[in-house]
Amino acid sequence: MAMKTKKRGKNRLERNDRLVRLALLVIAFSAVSVLLVITVFIVQQGTPIMFKYGLKSFLAGGNWYPSEKVFGLWPMIVGSLFVTAGALVIGVPFGLACAIVLTEFSSKNVRRVIKPIVELLAGIPSVVYGFMGVIILVPFIRQTFGGPGLSVLAASIVLGIMILPTIISISVDSLQAVPPSYREGSIALGATRWQTVKMVLFPAARSGIIASIILGMGRAIGETMATIMIAGNAAEIPRSLLAPVRTLTSNIALEMSYATGEHREALFATGVILFIIIMVLNTVANATSSRRRRQP
Amino acid sequence: MTDVAIRVRGFSQFFGAVQKLNALDLDVRRNEILGIIGPARSGKSTFLCALNRLNDLVRGSRVEGTITIDGRDIYEPDVDVIELRRKLGMVFATPVPLPRSIFENVAFGARMAGLKGRARLDAVVRDSLERGGLWEEVKDRLETSGLKLSGGQQQRLCLARILAVKPEYILLDEPTSGLDPISTMKIEDSLRKLKKDYTIILVTNNTKQAARVADRTAFFLNGGLVEAGPTADIFTAPQDKRTDDYLRGRFG
Repeated sequence: MAMKTKKRGKNRLERNDRLVRLALLVIAFSAVSVLLVITVFIVQQGTPIMFKYGLKSFLAGGNWYPSEKVFGLWPMIVGSLFVTAGALVIGVPFGLACAIVLTEFSSKNVRRVIKPIVELLAGIPSVVYGFMGVIILVPFIRQTFGGPGLSVLAASIVLGIMILPTIISISVDSLQAVPPSYREGSIALGATRWQTVKMVLFPAARSGIIASIILGMGRAIGETMATIMIAGNAAEIPRSLLAPVRTLTSNIALEMSYATGEHREALFATGVILFIIIMVLNTVANATSSRRRRQP
Repeated sequence: MTDVAIRVRGFSQFFGAVQKLNALDLDVRRNEILGIIGPARSGKSTFLCALNRLNDLVRGSRVEGTITIDGRDIYEPDVDVIELRRKLGMVFATPVPLPRSIFENVAFGARMAGLKGRARLDAVVRDSLERGGLWEEVKDRLETSGLKLSGGQQQRLCLARILAVKPEYILLDEPTSGLDPISTMKIEDSLRKLKKDYTIILVTNNTKQAARVADRTAFFLNGGLVEAGPTADIFTAPQDKRTDDYLRGRFG
């Protein structure tokens, strides 16, 4: 009798366990399915027009005149890549330097104050960044270097600042996760603090640092509002850092409100391209980081 | 043999308000192995880290008294700490190979000391691994990760890494505490050979190890030195009752 109750109790527990597992699985899948739905929707809306006008002219065409049914995305592709690269050129050195200073060359108290402030930067709406860019940075560039001010340079600087919190906070976390014994061992060998950072901590924290850069890059390439406000948005290939530029995201956001028919489809196609670029960059970055990790 | 290499006088170490070492007086002779035994938290490791000033990294570290190494007080303000740490190589209880190849692990210290050129690095790496007693086991796979070695091999790798910096002293902090008897024996063999060229201080929880390899042994208790003397004397005729109790396993 006693054994029977025990068995029944166990069965009930097992059933509960299965239910919980099922519920969690459904929740997990709903997150994934959102991605699936978005992918299917964009591809379905965007690909037909690409093939209608030819993939080559769509991707490599230098002119974007939607009203005349000329859809060349090349300037926007180049624009997105330029602005993202510029943001990384500015954001990565600053971000990593800041992360190193915070973990290795400052006291716990300083870190306790600075790190939350840096992370607060991530909470500022991008329209505010754009606004600051328009009010301060754009006139400064116009007066100092010439050109319209609304430019690749301005967008790169603002995006570079916007990705700082991502890079800093993840890099700090991964540098702090390096076992203290590595640091002690290196310093006991007579390494200076900088040598320790360069030769021990950095390699040990490399995968986390690369992840921070990937996330920062994702933020830069996907940023829309700030770039619309400060990049100038001219749909042509920028000839210099001071020339205006339009990114893929800006292209969608600027025209979606009034686009119809094939124009609208072309904007979805822009989304497809953006999607592919982000996937490729992510995959490449992930692959490099994991390959380096395996090979010491 | 009576040449005193390290002279410790009235040395106390504080971390904030906590005193970890209490007025130590101790001599280390050149080319000897000095074993330091004592129960956990008796200040053995703190003493080692005072010698290469690794305690400086701890917030609130403060010292009193003097430690003189090769005639110089190492707590003088103008001492080059980096150079001091290169002179006193340290092996920790847990082997910590860096997450790089065996070659790079050994070349690391030498590179930091400014050594360049593949041929010279090759020579240093080989020499250091030979002295550390690891060369025969790894000579064909210098490019594999140091983390792939067994615990005992990792510890000998750490020893070799120290040797590549060309120190004069070797400080070992319970180097075999996590190792099997065979690996322990190999490390002890290496130490006996290294004694010819280096002055060695071996902190150990294993009193038998001190009996096996140390020329002289010091017994620490609660941050103070109870007694120090030739190993045979300490183990057969300790002067202090506390030493006798510890060696007989009555406490600690």
